Amino acid sequence: MRILVCVKRVPAVGSRINVTDDGQQVDTAHLGFTTSPHEECAVEEAAQIVERLDGDDHAVVVLTLGPEASAEQLRYAASVGGSEFALVTAEGGLDWDPQRTAVAITDAVRELEAAGGLFDLILFGNESADGGNFQVGIRVAHALGRPIVNGIKGIDVGERGFTARRETDAGYEVYELEAPCALGVKEGINLPRYPTMKGRLASRKAQIQELDCAGGADAGGQSRVRLHRPPERASTTVQLGDSAEAAPAVVDLLDELGVL
Amino acid sequence: MSCVAVLVDHDRGIPSGGALEALTAARPLAADLGVAVNAVVLGDGELFDAHGADLVAACAAYGAACVHRGRHALLADYGPDAWGAALAGFVEIAGPVAVVAAGTDRGAEAMAQLAARTDLPLVANCVDVSPAGSPADASSGRPAGEAWQITRIQWGGSLLEDVTLTSTLPLLTIAQHSVEAETANSSTTDVDVVDFEPELGPQVRQTLVRDRVTLTEGITLSTAPVVVSGGRGVGAADGFAPLEELAELLGGRVGCSRAVTNNGWRSHADQVGQTGTRIAPEIYIACGISGAIQHWVGAMGSKNILAINIDPEANMVTKAGYAVIADLHEVVPAICDEIRRRRDRPT
Ligand SMILES: Cc1cc2nc3c(=O)[nH]c(=O)nc-3n(C[C@H](O)[C@H](O)[C@H](O)COP(=O)(O)OP(=O)(O)OC[C@H]3O[C@@H](n4cnc5c(N)ncnc54)[C@H](O)[C@@H]3O)c2cc1C
Ligand SMILES: Nc1ncnc2c1ncn2[C@@H]1O[C@H](COP(=O)(O)O)[C@@H](O)[C@H]1O
Repeated sequence: MRILVCVKRVPAVGSRINVTDDGQQVDTAHLGFTTSPHEECAVEEAAQIVERLDGDDHAVVVLTLGPEASAEQLRYAASVGGSEFALVTAEGGLDWDPQRTAVAITDAVRELEAAGGLFDLILFGNESADGGNFQVGIRVAHALGRPIVNGIKGIDVGERGFTARRETDAGYEVYELEAPCALGVKEGINLPRYPTMKGRLASRKAQIQELDCAGGADAGGQSRVRLHRPPERASTTVQLGDSAEAAPAVVDLLDELGVL
Repeated sequence: MSCVAVLVDHDRGIPSGGALEALTAARPLAADLGVAVNAVVLGDGELFDAHGADLVAACAAYGAACVHRGRHALLADYGPDAWGAALAGFVEIAGPVAVVAAGTDRGAEAMAQLAARTDLPLVANCVDVSPAGSPADASSGRPAGEAWQITRIQWGGSLLEDVTLTSTLPLLTIAQHSVEAETANSSTTDVDVVDFEPELGPQVRQTLVRDRVTLTEGITLSTAPVVVSGGRGVGAADGFAPLEELAELLGGRVGCSRAVTNNGWRSHADQVGQTGTRIAPEIYIACGISGAIQHWVGAMGSKNILAINIDPEANMVTKAGYAVIADLHEVVPAICDEIRRRRDRPT
């Protein structure tokens, strides 16, 4: 089985997010980078799927579109179960509009499949942590003519494809897709592993294939003017106490709010 | 007459709360453009027999002048391909000037399917939309122009992004809870209902809901009037027992932070935040949670917040309306005792 996972490099932001003076990006002067959380789970899911299969004729190919530095996220993926790696270099930063991103990723998938064969499954995150466009995976899958369902929190391999569970407010819905297909997964589908010693070694040895699919992709119709922080909710905190003695005051409050 | 079309996403005939917000948000937009708001609902004959009248009434109450009912046997239940193809069919038949949906799971997914099919841009999770030609806004420095000026959320709401949109048919989703759903003033008796039958190929069958499983009966995390959440400060899985008890006493649900799910103390279904659930209870009781921005965006819809934390400087504490600065392991059981004491007291 060949599985492709598309991951995005995003700033590892802390308790508040700062923006550069020109408003064009998150100020990463004091920040590291990480893999967007849903996609970290997608890599883990792909690794678990192939580990459950017999034989060793399986691949977990991890692809990212971004600046050269995104190789860091591919190396991390190598330490937690990825086996092949593709970097689609995007000039001008890593935060393209979603249409342009989707076109470049689609081209990259076609190139990878021409060389290595069809992917039985392509995994995306439900949404990227920063942009949150909720569409790149769906655009790519549609361009490739493959079915996709988003919001997936469980995957089982079947005879001809995959059974996928999508979380709802009260439980889950079940979908059945024939391979080749795509799924957008959500955090919570699994608990991603930490890199082991062996994993760290694999990471250092990982061969990263660079693809230049970005050339043909025009900018989409959505274009950034600036990023800014939402106004903070001004609040004065009423302190109800500094010990368990505060309990009556808390219960008074609950009573006042009508939830008692 | 042309319109701003709103996809009213529903679950087997019950419209989502987000859909009513999207209808509300579409009204000023349509007014700016000088057109009416129309609603699009998708289903099959059986669904419309059972829920059609209620769906139409809801759309009308929230300002739709016309309801387009897309009917097809393959629309009996939800499927992203079926909904996307039906929407694309609707766009061809009705020629709206913009299509809007809620940023719910279904709204977002169906709109992305439509965007993929039409190869048009889709701006996700908008909080403010000014169509082209609308007057300049001196206070925000926004110029009037050809492109639409839109503010959308990034990072689950931690950041805002101003974008311009150039498109022959703007496609938008409205960030959940960014507007309050409000019924329209206009009379609701003369709503038009138009049926259309989209062409759906057999390939849409692949992504139809096959089955569903209910795990939670009654109130859920996103609908609970009270949410009692625990963070890393709870210390262990069994440390949640007093929080469970408090939630039970108040008819609420237990939530948690990502630190808790990452430690395997609770299921991810309980996680509040950017990559978890967005909640909007009457009161959120956050115990041993620092209030990182990604947690806060899931909790900020709460009407009131009580933080229980040993650190008076914690983000959760400084942002909350109420706080108790003490060990949660002492405070939470004391609150439970006090509630029981008052309930047992003869009145
Ligand atoms: C892209 C992305 C998405 C994310 N999505 C989410 C999300 O959906 N939800 C989420 O929660 N996080 C999310 N996070 C993680 C988030 O950044 C924080 O790491 C996380 O919320 C911290 O959890 P916490 O507050 O429980 O732990 P900590 O930050 O460690 O805070 C523990 C708190 O407990 C207090 N405490 C300790 N002992 C006690 C005691 N005995 N009594 C009272 N108080 C005590 C401490 O003072 C402290 O304030 C995300 C991160 C990223 C990068
Ligand atoms: N630059 C990128 N590189 C690789 N995958 C991406 C990139 N941007 C988006 N994706 C994938 O598309 C999904 C949806 O992204 P978005 O539409 O931005 O919310 C993400 O979860 C990723 O799996």
